[in-house]
Amino acid sequence: MKFVLHAPLLAATALLGVTVTAAQAETTLNALFMAQAAYSEDDIRSMTSAYEAAHPDVKVNLEFVPYEGLHDKTVLSMGAGGGYDVVLFDVIWPAEYAQNNVLLDVSDRITNEMKSGVLPGAWTTVTYENKNYGMPWILDTKYLFYNKAMLKKAGISTPPATWAELKADAQKIKDAGIVKYPIAWSWSQAEAAVCDYTTLLSAYGGDFIKDGKPDFQNGGGLEALKYMVDSYNDGLTNPNSKEFLEEDVRNVFQNGDAAFALNWTYMYNLANDPKDSKVAGDVGVVPAPGVEGISDASAVNGSMGLGITTTSKHPDAAWDYITYMTSQKVQNAYSKLSLPIWKSSYTDPEVTKGQEELIAAAQTGLAVMYPRPMTPHYQEMSMALQQGIQEALLGTASPKDALQEAADNSGL
Amino acid sequence: MEHQSLIFRIFIHTMALLVAVVILAPLAWLFIMSVSSSVDLSAKPLHWWPETLDFSRYSLLFSQSDNSAGAAFMSSLGNSIKVASMATIAALVVGVPAGWAASRNPQLGWTLGGVIGTYMLPPVALSVPLYLILAKFGLLNNVFGLALVYLSILAPFVTWLLKAGFDPIPRDLEDAASIDGARLDQMLRIVILPLALPVIATALIFAFLLAWDEFFYALLFTSNQNAKTLTVAIADLAGGRVSDYGLIATAGVIAALPPVAVGILMQRALISGLTNGGVKG
Amino acid sequence: MSTERLPLRVWLLMLPLLIVMLTVIGWPLIDTIRLSFSDARLVGTGGHFVGLHNFTKMLSNSYFHSAFFTTLKFSLWSVTLELVIGVLVALLLNQKFHGRTLLRALLILPWALPTVVNATLWRLIYNPEYGALNAALTQLGFLDSYRSWLGEPGTALTALIVADVWKNFPLVALIALAALQAIPNDIRAAAISDGANVWRRFRHVTLPYLLGPLMVALVLRTIEAFKVFDLIWIMTRGGPANSTRSLSILVYQEAFAFQRAGSGASLALMITLMITVLAVAYLFIMRRLAGEGR
Repeated sequence: MKFVLHAPLLAATALLGVTVTAAQAETTLNALFMAQAAYSEDDIRSMTSAYEAAHPDVKVNLEFVPYEGLHDKTVLSMGAGGGYDVVLFDVIWPAEYAQNNVLLDVSDRITNEMKSGVLPGAWTTVTYENKNYGMPWILDTKYLFYNKAMLKKAGISTPPATWAELKADAQKIKDAGIVKYPIAWSWSQAEAAVCDYTTLLSAYGGDFIKDGKPDFQNGGGLEALKYMVDSYNDGLTNPNSKEFLEEDVRNVFQNGDAAFALNWTYMYNLANDPKDSKVAGDVGVVPAPGVEGISDASAVNGSMGLGITTTSKHPDAAWDYITYMTSQKVQNAYSKLSLPIWKSSYTDPEVTKGQEELIAAAQTGLAVMYPRPMTPHYQEMSMALQQGIQEALLGTASPKDALQEAADNSGL
Repeated sequence: MEHQSLIFRIFIHTMALLVAVVILAPLAWLFIMSVSSSVDLSAKPLHWWPETLDFSRYSLLFSQSDNSAGAAFMSSLGNSIKVASMATIAALVVGVPAGWAASRNPQLGWTLGGVIGTYMLPPVALSVPLYLILAKFGLLNNVFGLALVYLSILAPFVTWLLKAGFDPIPRDLEDAASIDGARLDQMLRIVILPLALPVIATALIFAFLLAWDEFFYALLFTSNQNAKTLTVAIADLAGGRVSDYGLIATAGVIAALPPVAVGILMQRALISGLTNGGVKG
Repeated sequence: MSTERLPLRVWLLMLPLLIVMLTVIGWPLIDTIRLSFSDARLVGTGGHFVGLHNFTKMLSNSYFHSAFFTTLKFSLWSVTLELVIGVLVALLLNQKFHGRTLLRALLILPWALPTVVNATLWRLIYNPEYGALNAALTQLGFLDSYRSWLGEPGTALTALIVADVWKNFPLVALIALAALQAIPNDIRAAAISDGANVWRRFRHVTLPYLLGPLMVALVLRTIEAFKVFDLIWIMTRGGPANSTRSLSILVYQEAFAFQRAGSGASLALMITLMITVLAVAYLFIMRRLAGEGR
C-alpha cells in the first residue's frame, strides 16, 4: 500500500529534480520557540549561533510559532518521528504534558548548583507532582507600565499602588484630556486575557480551584472580573483591548495612546527604544498593584521552560543545548527582554545596569507570582474562562453569570 | 445593440469605476503597507502614502543567511513550490486517464459522481485519521506526506475539470484510431493528447493554485522548515511577535505574486476553465 | 470493437484515481467513522467503543449549537451576497464601455489571492487602532471615532463576511458573464422588438440562461462557506466571546487542542452530513428547475 502511494510522488520528485536532504552535521536538534514576548527571535537566533560555533558537530534548527500555536504544534508533532527535540512550554502545560507523556522527566539531570542557584518561583514553572519536566528559561510576570510624562501632566506624582488608585489616576488623565482611553490590556479571546485576569484575581485574593472544584466565580475571582468590566464601561480601558494581544498593547503604549498598560518584561526596553517608540524615556514600570487590606502587589506566573520531548532521539544533546540556553552567562548577556532565572543575577551590574526600575519591580513582582491552576484540563478551563471574560466585557452576561457558565464548562 | 442614452452610459462607466476601486483598493493598500515605514503605518491620522518608499522588508525576507528569518521564509516558499508541484503532477497522472475514461463512458458517471462527491467532505472530517496515518509512516512534517494529502483535494477536482474539458473533443477521432488497430496508449498519445493539451494546461493551473492556497492540512501536518508552507508561514507572522504590519504585508505580497501573475497571464485559460463546468471554490 | 473489452480498459484507466481516492479519502473516512464511536485521544490511548455517546454529547452541547448557527449565518450571507453582486457585475460587464477588458482582468485578482493572504490583509484593514478602514471612514466623516470591528460580536461576523465576499464575488461574476455571453443575440433582439421591459427581459430571456451555471456556483460556494476555517482562524480565531467560531474551528479545538479525537471525529461527521443534505437539496431544486424549463 505504502509503495503504491509513493510511486506517483516519487516520479513527480524525479521529474522536478527536487532534492530534499542537504549536507548535515552529526547531530541535528529541532527546537520550537515562540515568536512573541520575552526573548526576541533575533536574540534566540544569536544565542543559538554561539552555541553552534562552540559545538561544530551539532546543528540546531529553530522554529518559531506564535504563542497561540505553541501548545498545538508541540502536541501535534508528537506523532512525527522527526519532530522537535527541544520545546518551549508554558507554566500551565506540564500537567497535561505529563499525562500525555510529551516531555521527558529530567529530574535526575538537574544539578545541585542549578537547584540552589535558580529562584524557587522559577522551579514551579517546570514542576508537576514533584517531577521536573525541563529547565525554567523565561521568568516572567505582568507589570504595570506607565507613561511618566502623562502622569506628570495630570499631576500624579507616584504610580498607583492599588487597583483603586489606578482607576482614580486613569480617570484624572482621561478628564484632563491627555489620552482618550488611559489603560491598555490584552483581553483578546486568548490566554493573554486569562493572564490579566489572574493578576487581578491574585490581587483580590481569589482562588481558581478550591477542593477540586472551580472557585473563580466566587469572591476574589468575581471581584477581578467586575474590576475589568467597570474600567471598560467607564471608558478608562481602551475598548479595543478586547481584541488586543500583547503586541497590540505595546504598539498602543509606545505610540503614546495609553497612559497605563499591563504587559510582560519585554516591553520595558522595547518601549524605551527611540527607534520604534514615541515614548522612549518616559516609560515607567512598577509591579501590578494590590488591593487595600488584601495584597500589596499582584502578579501572574507567566514563566516558561525548555524541555526535551519523549520522541527526541538526542536527549543528551538536547539537554546540553538547554543547559546552555538557561545558563546564567547567556541569560545575563540577553537580559534586556527577559530577566534571568538565577538569583545572583539580580544584583549583577551587567544585568541591572540601565534597567534598575525594572529590576526593582521584578523583585517585588516575582516574589508574589500567582499560578494558574495545574490541571490536565487547563486548555478547556482557559477557553471557557476566555469566553466568560469576553461576554462580561461585551455586556451579554453579568460577571457573575459569565463566570458561573465558565465554571460549568471548565471540564473540571 | 440597442441605443444607449447618455445617462445610461455615464451610469455604466461610474459603476465600472466603482467595481474597479472596490477590487483594487485593498490590494493597493497591501502593497503600500509593504513599502511604508512602521512610523507611517502607526500614524494617526493614517498616512496613506509613505514619505519614502522602503523596500528593506523585501530584502529582509529574501535574505539567505543561515538561521535568519529570511531563510525561514524562503524555505517555506520553496516548500510551497515543491508540495504544490508534486501534488499537481500526481493529480494529473491519475486524473488524465480517469477524466478521459469518464468522458467517453457515460456509464462511469456514478463512479465519477462518487469521486466528486468527496468535495463535500470538510478537511476536518479526514484530518484526525490522516494525522495518525502520516504519523505511522513517518510522513508528518514531510513534503511528500503533505503532497499526498493534497491529492485528496486535487485529484477529484482535476478529474472533474478534465472530464468537462474532454467532453467536446469529438469521438470520431478515437473511433477511427481504434479501428486502425491503435493500442490504447498510442491512441491517447497520438490522437487525444494533442487536442486535450489546452484542457490539461488549464487543469494544471487550477490544481497548482488550489495547492498553493491550502492552509488547514499544512497547519496540522508540518512543524518546521522541512515542510512548512508559505500559507502557514504567513499565518505565523500575522499571529506572532511581528508588530511591523509592513512585514506581514510584504510576506502577503510575495505569497500572492505567483498566483496573481499566473491568473493574469493565463486569463483566457482560467476563464474557459471556470465556465467549462469546473469551478475553483 | 468488442463491447466486453472496453470496460476493462476503462477500469484500468480509472484505477490510479480509485486507488488514490481509497487511500487518501476512503481509508481516513472509514477511520473517522470508527473513531467517532470511541473515546480515543489524539496521542496515547487507542480508545474504547462508546456507542453513540459522542454524538449525543455533541448534539446537546451549547457550543455546537452556537457554532452551527454561526456557520449557517456566515454561509447564507456570504453566498447570497456573492451571487447578487456577482450577477450585477456580470450584467455590467455584458455592456459595452471603455476598459471593459481591463475590468474583467481585474476580477481575476481577488480570486487568485491566496485565502490566507486575503484574511491577513483584511485583518490589517480592520485593525482597531491603525487600520485603514477606521482611518478612511473617520477621514471621510462617516465615523466619529475608531471602532473595534473584529472585537464586537455584531460587527465581527459581518467583517468576516465582507472579506469572504470580496474574494469570491469575482468568481460568480466570471461564471455569470460567460453564461450571459452565450445568449444568442437574435433572442435578445426579439424580446426587445416585442417591447418587453427590462425586468421582463431579465426574467424571461436572461435568467433561464443564467440559472444552470449559477446553481453550480451556488452549490460550490455554499459547500466552501460551510467548511470555512482559514479565514476565521486568521482573522478572529473564533472570538470575540466565540461569536465567530465556526463548526470547523470547533472540530479543530475538540480534536487537536483538547486532543479528543473521538468526539472531534463525531463532530466532523455531523458537518459532513449537513453538507450532504444541503447539496442533495440543491440538486433536487436544480432538477425541478430544469424540469420546469422544458
